[in-house]
Amino acid sequence: MNGRNIALGVAAIALVAVPYWMPGVYYVNVSSQILFYAIFALGLNILVGYGGLVSLGHAGLFGITAYAAAYVLQSGYNHTEAIFAALAVGAVSTAVFAALALRATGIGFIMITLALGQIIWGLAYRWISVTHGDNGINVKTRPAPFGLDLGSAVTFYYATLVVFAICVVAVMIFVRSPFGAALMGARDQPRRMNALGYHVWAIRFWACMFSGLLTSIAAILFVYYTQFISPQTLALTSSAEVLLMVISGGAGTLLGPIVGAALVVTVKSVVSGFLERWNFLLGAIFVTIVILMPEGLVPGSARLWRLACAKLRAPVKPAVTEAKP
Amino acid sequence: MSALTVTGLSKSFGGLRVTRGVDLNVEPGERRLIIGPNGAGKTTLFNLITGELTPDSGTVSLFGQNITRVASRRRAHLGMARTYQIITLFGRDTIVHNVRLALLGLSPARWNPFTNLRRHGHFTDRGREALDRVGLGHIADRPLAQTSYGERRRVEIAMALAQNPKLLLLDEPFAGLSIDERRDVQKLLLAIPRDVTIVMIEHNMDVALEFAERITLLHFGEVIVEGNRAEVVADPRTREVYLGH
Repeated sequence: MNGRNIALGVAAIALVAVPYWMPGVYYVNVSSQILFYAIFALGLNILVGYGGLVSLGHAGLFGITAYAAAYVLQSGYNHTEAIFAALAVGAVSTAVFAALALRATGIGFIMITLALGQIIWGLAYRWISVTHGDNGINVKTRPAPFGLDLGSAVTFYYATLVVFAICVVAVMIFVRSPFGAALMGARDQPRRMNALGYHVWAIRFWACMFSGLLTSIAAILFVYYTQFISPQTLALTSSAEVLLMVISGGAGTLLGPIVGAALVVTVKSVVSGFLERWNFLLGAIFVTIVILMPEGLVPGSARLWRLACAKLRAPVKPAVTEAKP
Repeated sequence: MSALTVTGLSKSFGGLRVTRGVDLNVEPGERRLIIGPNGAGKTTLFNLITGELTPDSGTVSLFGQNITRVASRRRAHLGMARTYQIITLFGRDTIVHNVRLALLGLSPARWNPFTNLRRHGHFTDRGREALDRVGLGHIADRPLAQTSYGERRRVEIAMALAQNPKLLLLDEPFAGLSIDERRDVQKLLLAIPRDVTIVMIEHNMDVALEFAERITLLHFGEVIVEGNRAEVVADPRTREVYLGH
């Protein structure tokens, strides 16, 4: 039992107990938001952190799935059908995204995903017969799995927490698997990986699919949480926001995107209540993170902590050397 | 049947004809040295053989099988392994993980996203064995970032050997090594069994000449001289093109 495990245990207990120590329903809802945005960020991190592929079109994928769920529900189908249809639409869209974007890497990949994301946003905005344009689509009810009505903030939070826990474990298993090692190898030395017998393109494609699956799961939780979807959700700023969650928390780490999501959602929904210029504060926080810990909050804090520990022990050493005759 | 047969291989980059109708025939178990001045097209020839570049014309055959159209990643599965002149390793990982990736590349397990790689203990075990062969077994768990240049050269060779290749392509395995390190690498290359065919590019004539049975001299993308050690060294064209006197 090391310090890290104790900290994770405490965090897990705190998450389970959120409805008991949070000051009100509003904050329970904020916690739900943090959790599904964390799933979204975990999904993007598969590409950005472990695959070395920066996507600026993930809000497009997120939006397609959310719209699909809302549209199917609006057409009179039940929640199970809507969820599976949305996941299927999300998977197909991800496959198309990946097939187009993986023709390039680096800046080329960013630009293609950016363009695809903007196309989806444009469709949401203009394809009014399906999306109702600016008015968006309302989702009238939340599902009630096993007789638990997710209409209340607390039950919805717990449902989100269960899904979140499953996603975290899935990412943890994925990253430590042989396929995860192959993905990171393809990030660091694609040419060598090819010469070693790996199909680099296919590795990246399946990583996109896993990333897309997590994005879709987050999108379904989102659309049930807000019970509303409009083109704003698909805008470029949404893609940038999730990317900032990943980068500020620490790309290529398991905890980083979760911490990043907590930071962004907290500033956005809690601080914005007290501070009109909350965007300014968020920007200032990001600049501070980039300057002090460019690797992100989680690995950066770990580094500073080790540094502080070393500093605390350091004064002892000169005293020892002085004591020598 | 030859281990490697190259016929009429040509490659141009724009107007620059880097490889011009190269023919090469390497017998199983042979140690072949490819020499030539800078820009002779040696590494390009390697890239054409491994499939990292597609030739404009000509064919490449591995043990009688025409692999000209086979994807380069498939050639690794057919028994071809290479090292790089510019060291190409996984700098964030440990030495043994580098070799483990080489082993995983040929295993169907590389597609497995469900189990922990550490549970696949045989990759680690065989990785350590390969590192023992190149004399790095004692520092297998060291991060690659903390190794010397000479050690990295040997990691390159360990990764290639770990794949149990039938044809091993070594691109300047002695480049940048000290005299002692060169001797170590030479010893380890001499210990490779004869069921592995080796084609080596090398500038360092003293170690390389000792190693090779047959030598091919490339100049401006063409084979100028080919023969055994004595023939090539004695040939006036070698002296003119390569040795410079």
